[in-house]
Amino acid sequence: MLREDFEKLRWRCVRRGLLEVDISLTRFLDEQFEGLTDEEQLAFVELADMEDYDVWHLISGQAECTDPRISSIVAMLRKS
Amino acid sequence: MSIPILKFDAVIVGAGGAGLRSAIQLSEAGLKTAVLSKVFPTRSHTVAAQGGVAASLGNSEEDHWHWHMYDTVKGSDWLGDQDAIEFMCKKANEVVVELEHYGMPFDRTDNGKIYQRPFGGHMSNFGEKPVRRSCAAADRTGHAMLHAMYQRNVKANTQFFVEWMALDLIRDSEGHVLGVTAMEMETGQIVIFHARATIFATGGAGRIYYSSTNAFINTGDGLGMAARAGIPLEDMEFWQFHPTGVAGAGVLITEGVRGEGGILRNSSKERFMERYAPNAKDLASRDVVSRAMATEIKEGRGCGVNKDYVLLDVTHLDPATIMKRLPGIREIGIQFAGVDCIKEPLPVVPTCHYQMGGIPTHYSGRVVMPQGGDMSAVVPGFYAGGECACASVHGANRLGTNSLLDLLVFGKSAGDSAVEDLKGGRAHRDLPKDAGDLALERISAIDNRKGGASVAETRLAMQRTMQDHAGVFRFGDMLKQGVTKILEVEKAARQMEIKDKSKVWNTARIEALETENLIEVAKATMISAEARKESRGAHVRDDAPDTAEFPNGRNDAEWLKHTLYFPQDNKIMYKPVNMQPLTVEAIELKTRSY
Ligand SMILES: Cc1cc2nc3c(=O)[nH]c(=O)nc-3n(C[C@H](O)[C@H](O)[C@H](O)COP(=O)(O)OP(=O)(O)OC[C@H]3O[C@@H](n4cnc5c(N)ncnc54)[C@H](O)[C@@H]3O)c2cc1C
Repeated sequence: MLREDFEKLRWRCVRRGLLEVDISLTRFLDEQFEGLTDEEQLAFVELADMEDYDVWHLISGQAECTDPRISSIVAMLRKS
Repeated sequence: MSIPILKFDAVIVGAGGAGLRSAIQLSEAGLKTAVLSKVFPTRSHTVAAQGGVAASLGNSEEDHWHWHMYDTVKGSDWLGDQDAIEFMCKKANEVVVELEHYGMPFDRTDNGKIYQRPFGGHMSNFGEKPVRRSCAAADRTGHAMLHAMYQRNVKANTQFFVEWMALDLIRDSEGHVLGVTAMEMETGQIVIFHARATIFATGGAGRIYYSSTNAFINTGDGLGMAARAGIPLEDMEFWQFHPTGVAGAGVLITEGVRGEGGILRNSSKERFMERYAPNAKDLASRDVVSRAMATEIKEGRGCGVNKDYVLLDVTHLDPATIMKRLPGIREIGIQFAGVDCIKEPLPVVPTCHYQMGGIPTHYSGRVVMPQGGDMSAVVPGFYAGGECACASVHGANRLGTNSLLDLLVFGKSAGDSAVEDLKGGRAHRDLPKDAGDLALERISAIDNRKGGASVAETRLAMQRTMQDHAGVFRFGDMLKQGVTKILEVEKAARQMEIKDKSKVWNTARIEALETENLIEVAKATMISAEARKESRGAHVRDDAPDTAEFPNGRNDAEWLKHTLYFPQDNKIMYKPVNMQPLTVEAIELKTRSY
């Protein structure tokens, strides 16, 4: 990923409306993002684009995601 | 270097509840209005509010704005201005109904009215018994509010500048506010927004504390900008703490957990609340529980290697109850404490939640400060609303659901006042020659420094200092040391270094700029707290205890006054509390007890 794209993504992970999402996404970005395949990275970008409650409900298991690309990222996020 | 200039009638910094509400007034009045936000509007921190917004609609039972006013004055421990409180409580029904018209999906009663539920501190008949006053939209009140108002603004042609960060206020030699300098994150370009009216709605600064329920975005930028432009900050010693934030992370654990039977324990597993509140125990009010926790930790009965948290135990509850009644709580423990609360207790600490002080405003939303002999002279062209402003309605302690009301009422009145002032013919004043220099200098200093601490280290030093020295329970000696320490942090921050020097999307630089704002707020808090030698509302000092002469440690003869902190020389002034409501009789001083 280009530096600019990564930094833009970083901003959109570290400044969210919900603290839960701030922490979860920032931690994942710092610890696991680099090791993802290109496709997985794209799926993470899509996840980060969702609204705060939707992201948190996925991470906290209060909602399920039908898109397997996103749900595999969510599974990694929950473990991180 | 010449900076591009964009001209607007009004520029609003902040697209949370307060900013969006102001923008509606301005755009619908046909004024050319810009709204700047660090994030997409619906990602503003207002989204986190779930409890609801207070209004004495009386849909579920009899209610009256005068009762709401009484509760708010009492909640504020009499530090709130009674004219502003009357204004807010009286306007509540109007702004809530307007919101409904904007499309806010409030919960409803069977007969189609807005459903209302009880919330701590809101009572009927001047403190008699709890009343249903909070209006909510499921558990997404703030979220729904932002969506409804954002759509309304789109219709009204408000121009949004998203992922733009305002850097500094522009004031001329006569003190008029003429707009802001701002940076577009995507390009790194600095631009002047030249406006006839400038409105700040930048939210709170809860990130000054190590443990905070606030999202990372709450860095007090509006307060930092105001302070650098010579505007004092009011009542900054007053911060509301929530007893149960996850230790280390800050994520809020709702009161409901104790409501369902959760128990607080210290390092020897003792249910310590039995000693502090023999009747209510773990369900005592927020401040009592927070103080008890802080005392346990201070006296060495905290848990963990650093003995710096206590435990919230639900292991005795039926796991099925936890999963059903407290959705998300187990996952919060697992994600943010590494603890499965069904098997082990959760580590918790009193956690910073809400900023009562801020930029001093009149209830019309106009920013005011001492000038000549007038303690509250208007700063022409400058308005503020929401958590960054201090009207002051929350005084020394905010009631739950009153902050969403604050942002609706004062967001609107700031917008209305700006419309009135602009229609009165205020023109664009000439920009001073050095407009923009301050922001450019700050950025170039950050870019060129070598050998200083990183942004993360600097921020951590500040947050630790605030947590240890000006936390939920305060000690005279600790506050004194805290002042010295925070001034050292400020000095070190002047050397703060970033490695990334890129122009576009440089998040390190943005975070350095935010940290400078946080430090302004931290200094204001520490110095104001050290100076106030009584206990009142959320400011509770060990050396101002509850006595017969001073119930709850409150000393009205000396301290019934607002703090004004002046950043330039770290000086403090005081101004009187307005005890005179607009139309009703003053609510007389009493001991605050529930
Ligand atoms: C977990 C939690 C739950 C809460 N629940 C409730 C509740 O149920 N009821 C209630 O009444 N209150 C509640 N509160 C308090 C309430 O949510 C806030 O006080 C309120 O939402 C603040 O709104 P605001 O419009 O002032 O600021 P925010 O919503 O924080 O918006 C600030 C805006 O300013 C922008 N901004 C900031 N700095 C800059 C800059 N330099 N340049 C450009 N833009 C900038 C941001 O991007 C954002 O758009 C809660 C608070 C928390 C933390």
